[in-house]
Amino acid sequence: MRHVGVVTAAAFLLLLVVAALFPRLLAAGDPTATDPLATFLPPDSAHLFGTDQLGRDVFTRVVHGARHSLAIGAAATVGGLLIAVVWGLLAALSGRFGDAVLMRVADALLALPGLLLALLVVLITGKGVVGATLAVAVGIAPGFARVVRAQALVVRRSGYVEAAIGLGVPRPLVVLRHVLPNTFGPLLVLATVTLGVSISTGAALSYLGLGAQPPTPEWGAMLTESQGFLHLAWWAALFPGLMLVLTVIAVTVAGRHAQNRSEGRYAS
Amino acid sequence: MRGVLTRLVSAALVVWAAATCAFLVLQLIPGDPVYAVVGSDALVSEEQHERIRAEYGLDQPLVVQYLNYVARLATFRFGDSYQLQQPVATVLADQLWPTVQLALAATVLAPLLAVGVTVATSGRRNWPRRLSAAVELVVVSTPSFWLGIMLLTIFSFRLGWLPVSETGGVASLVLPTITLALPIAAVLTQVMREGLLAALDQPFAVTARARGVPETAVRYRHALRHSALPALTMAGWFTGTLLGGAVIVENVFARPGIGRITLQAVGDRDLPVVQGVVALSAVVFVAVSVLVDVLYAVVDPRLRRKTGVQAI
Repeated sequence: MRHVGVVTAAAFLLLLVVAALFPRLLAAGDPTATDPLATFLPPDSAHLFGTDQLGRDVFTRVVHGARHSLAIGAAATVGGLLIAVVWGLLAALSGRFGDAVLMRVADALLALPGLLLALLVVLITGKGVVGATLAVAVGIAPGFARVVRAQALVVRRSGYVEAAIGLGVPRPLVVLRHVLPNTFGPLLVLATVTLGVSISTGAALSYLGLGAQPPTPEWGAMLTESQGFLHLAWWAALFPGLMLVLTVIAVTVAGRHAQNRSEGRYAS
Repeated sequence: MRGVLTRLVSAALVVWAAATCAFLVLQLIPGDPVYAVVGSDALVSEEQHERIRAEYGLDQPLVVQYLNYVARLATFRFGDSYQLQQPVATVLADQLWPTVQLALAATVLAPLLAVGVTVATSGRRNWPRRLSAAVELVVVSTPSFWLGIMLLTIFSFRLGWLPVSETGGVASLVLPTITLALPIAAVLTQVMREGLLAALDQPFAVTARARGVPETAVRYRHALRHSALPALTMAGWFTGTLLGGAVIVENVFARPGIGRITLQAVGDRDLPVVQGVVALSAVVFVAVSVLVDVLYAVVDPRLRRKTGVQAI
């Protein structure tokens, strides 16, 4: 029973990756092609998910949107990880004072709601895909940084690091060769679990008008556009959101699976 | 007494640190803040430019600006909004009530739902738990803006049961509250269920059973309380989600409130309002964590002596 869920999630994720890389395999049309004679058509065999206020095919837009929504979430997760690795390692290795300062900054940022922190970043970067991605990355970084630091502290006191230092290996090399790789395992698991949240937050920023801008077929931006016409075309709001939910569920199921499998290996 | 003092000092420190971060972040914003006051395409003469800079204290050295900022923070006066030409405290006070209404309603609804579902699925049979776990996964994975849009579509546009936008009545609070509370309730249920199952393995549960206490009473009178403890530790997350959620929910339902004003301030680069919102949310966060410490002692008598809080 458990396996059915994981396999279904994996299959769905595979389909998503295909949609993101080769959208034309699944939907050959142009996601921004308008047709003034075919506005607000309900779902039928010609338009599987119906058409929107400009007569654009919702199915084509949803398929082509996978690229944007996944890219923001994935890039933000990787970016957040990179910031956190530098932050956490610096804290763990820079003595008591540096550690205290860096971790209190993380505490202060964690006291702000993640979305508010993201909004502050958008203030600096301006609206757009790059700004929104960076905002999500900064939003998840403080939490990650604490995990990196905790893990690095454990690794630093381990026998093999002491042995390496005893053997006269230079400090930077110890960090690169021993501390970093052993910190990375649990972090990767955390990243898979966080990916879903990142995709969802990225879409939320686009929905609020701060990320991908119309007519880009990003799922959050599509929902903003659809909201003016809910009384005429529920399908234009249903399908982009449904894809978002299914994506987050699939990522979460896959992430939990990875977490369960690795729990034995990275138990701390 | 000592414990209370330490808490207050560390609370003030967190607020100060969060506000300082916000100050530093806002210094990084490219462009001249004068244009945030007058509008980006306005023509400003040299004198007007200087006057505006002086009016908002932008001509002072950065250190002086920072000290002024801290002083204003301590008295909760953030100067005037660039856009609305009103004191920030007034702007926030005007918008506070709708958001508080929404947050309070969600704070009541979410734990009620969580306790209800935990109790309903805490029986011996496995399938209600599994079903509930599946529903929780779906709800947790549903972004609140889409949940809100779907609720609007179904209950306001299709069925016509509830108003489409803010009318001031209780009816217009129903859908926003559900949108805000449902994802929180799902997370709380996950945590509480785990806590309940762990509590049932504790020695006190075995003792109670051995005394002949019926299984239902063991679950509801003894174990349920314990499942509330891990849920309480999530109060910080809960507050953050409420505030962040307010930004989204107020925009979906076109409700007035702090969330709406925040998004507007970010769009307009209205920095005094943004600083005010950051300070406000840090204060709320800290206040909630102090409150939770007190609640711990209420829920768990074992903690009363340690925190110095008397039984209430």
